[in-house]
Amino acid sequence: METQASYAHAQDDPALRTAQEARLRAVWESPKGWFFRWTDCNNNTVGVWYTLTAFGFMLFAGVLALIMRAQLAVPDNDLVSASTFNQLFTLHGSMMMFLFAVPMFEAVSILLLPQLLGARDLPFPRLSAFGFWSFLIGGVFVSGSIFFDAAPDGGWFMYPPLTTDPTLSGIGADIWMLGLSFIEVSSVAAAVELIVGVLKCRPPGMRLNLMPLYAWYILVVAVMILFAFPPLIAGDILFEMERLLDWPFFDASRGGDPLLWQHLFWIFGHPEVYIVFLPSIALFAMIIPTFARRHLLGYPWIVLAAVGTGFLSFGLWVHHMFTTGLPNISLGFFSAASEAVAIPTGVQIFVFIATLWAGRVTWSTPLLYAVGALAIFVIGGLTGVMVAVAPFDWQAHDTYFVVAHLHYVLIGGTLLPLFGGLYYYWPLITGKKLSDRLGRIAFWLMFAGANVAFFPMHLSGLMGMPRRVFTYPAELGIGGLNMLSTIGAYLFAAGVLVLVVDLCRSPWRARAPRNPWAAGTIEWLALPEDENWGIRSIPLIEKRYPLWDQPDFMRKVDEGRYFLPDAEEGRRETIITTVLDARPIQVVRLGGPSVVPMVTAFFLGSVFILTTYHLYWWALAGSVLTLGAILYWLWTGTGEFPEKPEKPIGHGLSLPLYSSGPASPSWWAMFITMMADATAFASLIFGYFFYWTVHPDFPPADIIGPGVHWPMVALAILLGGWIATVAAQEVNARGGVVAARWLVAIGAVASLAGGAATLIGPWSTGMDPTAHVYPAIVWVIAIWTAAHAGVGLIMQLYGVACGIAGRITPDHDADLRNIALYQHFMAFTALVSLLTIGLFPEAS
Amino acid sequence: MRLPDRARSLRITLWTLIVPPTVWAGHFLFCYLLAAIMCARGAIDLSFRAYGWLVVVVTMLSLALVVAAGLIALAQERIAGDPPPHDRGTQEARLRFLAKSTVLLSGLSFVAILFTALPVVFLQDCR
Repeated sequence: METQASYAHAQDDPALRTAQEARLRAVWESPKGWFFRWTDCNNNTVGVWYTLTAFGFMLFAGVLALIMRAQLAVPDNDLVSASTFNQLFTLHGSMMMFLFAVPMFEAVSILLLPQLLGARDLPFPRLSAFGFWSFLIGGVFVSGSIFFDAAPDGGWFMYPPLTTDPTLSGIGADIWMLGLSFIEVSSVAAAVELIVGVLKCRPPGMRLNLMPLYAWYILVVAVMILFAFPPLIAGDILFEMERLLDWPFFDASRGGDPLLWQHLFWIFGHPEVYIVFLPSIALFAMIIPTFARRHLLGYPWIVLAAVGTGFLSFGLWVHHMFTTGLPNISLGFFSAASEAVAIPTGVQIFVFIATLWAGRVTWSTPLLYAVGALAIFVIGGLTGVMVAVAPFDWQAHDTYFVVAHLHYVLIGGTLLPLFGGLYYYWPLITGKKLSDRLGRIAFWLMFAGANVAFFPMHLSGLMGMPRRVFTYPAELGIGGLNMLSTIGAYLFAAGVLVLVVDLCRSPWRARAPRNPWAAGTIEWLALPEDENWGIRSIPLIEKRYPLWDQPDFMRKVDEGRYFLPDAEEGRRETIITTVLDARPIQVVRLGGPSVVPMVTAFFLGSVFILTTYHLYWWALAGSVLTLGAILYWLWTGTGEFPEKPEKPIGHGLSLPLYSSGPASPSWWAMFITMMADATAFASLIFGYFFYWTVHPDFPPADIIGPGVHWPMVALAILLGGWIATVAAQEVNARGGVVAARWLVAIGAVASLAGGAATLIGPWSTGMDPTAHVYPAIVWVIAIWTAAHAGVGLIMQLYGVACGIAGRITPDHDADLRNIALYQHFMAFTALVSLLTIGLFPEAS
Repeated sequence: MRLPDRARSLRITLWTLIVPPTVWAGHFLFCYLLAAIMCARGAIDLSFRAYGWLVVVVTMLSLALVVAAGLIALAQERIAGDPPPHDRGTQEARLRFLAKSTVLLSGLSFVAILFTALPVVFLQDCR
């Protein structure tokens, strides 16, 4: 191709390259100043903040564990009171799960994924920044509560009925519910970002079979978050309704059932274990090939393991509920699935061992962590197979045996791999290597400490020590084992301390060479002297390990000989490609530094925090401010018309700057968000039918329902609004811009009327949600539907405003298509909820 | 057109990759819901034997679906072109990689579905 030849020739000019580099550097420069530096949203910066914050919470939660171990060192100890001890173990578990393990995966992925995919940044950098600020605010709120003796004290899974009774549990339960709900919002935001990132932001040529395995794992885990977190969000809603408004969802005396909470919690809680395990094992898939000096064996087997584990992990939740008296045959199903999940888990471990076996191994510090972690994880996995057998679990349930099992799994499956990843990727982020000597000392302290701390717990558990007791009598004969556990815990902490010292000494060390481990994957293109632009030019990928197998790869990237080597228009940009074969289809303009994500997170945080203290009017004010901030964000930061339809990206390729519908990242973000939303909704509907299965007569004959009339009226109106909005999209595409605007306006009226009609049903028959669980669950479903109609209304009004401002045309209709997509989900929600509350009582 | 050729002409995407585990999920959900409704709601008849045949039928159907998905993928994998490990930047390598992963997932789903059905065979009772 002549153009290609002439283009390559152009890049031969060093003056041009220097000018391009200057432009890229200027575009991607971080904001300066004591305040404005925090408005940055580049993944390099936000990822580092995110990682450090999660690491800080981990250290804090670790200190809580050390206090607990000091209390348990000797029998009948009185270092801390029972009440303080309850707060310690609740906060330790909750923080390690919600403020360390999950956010750490998000943080590391936001930091690494663009580098792994050769993208300049993820598709929604401001969303990442918003997620980070939400996490920071929520995390400080939850963890700070212990200094005011107000920390949650119901255990990390907060079982009702004790926790739903405000007289038995203080404000701590509200702090847990609302603070962590807020953080769940940021997790779903991260999942959206990461899924769209993996599917749409790969470099040209990186087909699915060439994707780094880390990206496969991230894709699977992010999808799992979409289906795992929403049931907990739904559970949180029911839980807080009971605590704040006395709606009896979990109160057996008024028809509720505490087991519903256990179901919803563990439908989240068990996939959660794999959500924190898979990203860490994904680090192995990067570390092991580098130090085995060969390609990873069995690439499709790893995909099998990741996807298989992702699915099977949703069939395990009841194995946390083996002792609740469910039918034995149900326990059998979950026991079977729990054993089956050992297959894919085992497969990936064998793949790693086989790769090491077939390679020429370099015994580096990161590899030491990886191998040590595998050893510990396998022990935890084997005890996992034991407790998956229901009769064994009946003996071991709620004893220290389970504590030993879960710590082996999480230390071997999450913590040590992350430390291995820290040693491996530290040079990528800081340009400096950590000390091998200190790293090895830290490893052996932690490896020995973990075994000394947690192995004796198997025995103390089998000898009858229940978990969560603040002390134990000397006569039980477990004093020695507990002392051993305490010594092990402090040994482990000493290892972490050595690691922290190593990190702190890093700024004074010499720079490492580029790609210090001689790895083969493209994240190692990063320069030791950090450039914010992510990658100099976006490469064409032809191999799984391009640095090893594509000749002259690094030089070509550095000299801008691949795609998008410049930022002529002074905008942050990256390339969007197709899902299967990564053919380039668009150049997307990315959001730059802005104060809006931080302010929005602050307002949204205020809603959750003020609600905790029952300051409802202030919380309402916070909601209005949040809405205002989001609308401002959308109006000023999205849906921009580019100044020209296309731009050249090199090699004779020219890509459009605008896209809408399924071709655009924003459409996918809406789709993915709504999948999460639909899952939360499905959980509420599950609640309705759960009550139907546990009660001989449900809906109860003596309680009047919402009737048939109003739900059907509401359904007709909402479906009408859906049709009007979808019609608007089609009419607009055919040039009817004004007609489309009127159709959206009709849709808005329908949303308003339909939402109101939904609420009139239970209101007109005087259903009292505090009297019995039936009116309560009907009201919750009705409110959920009406609230979604309300959100639809706001979108439709926004669409009308966009139309009036001339921001929707037949060629530029991304906003309209996204609104229509929301309406598809709205129609589904209305159909299911209104048929359920309206017609099901008639049918039964 | 011969059957394997017809299988090869089908599109293979990320959606077809997850067909076998989705069948597992559907089968699992069916078993769980059937047990929840028959054993918990009203708890009139605690013998699960009466519904055992239903589980057997659904299990057979699910296994057939998984096997079909696996066989289609196997046919799709057996095309001329780049040999394993499918690490070239070509259309064939990508197709054969996805097909192979689908075959592997079919195997896992087959075993997992059998696992789920076993309690019905051995317990035959809610208690």
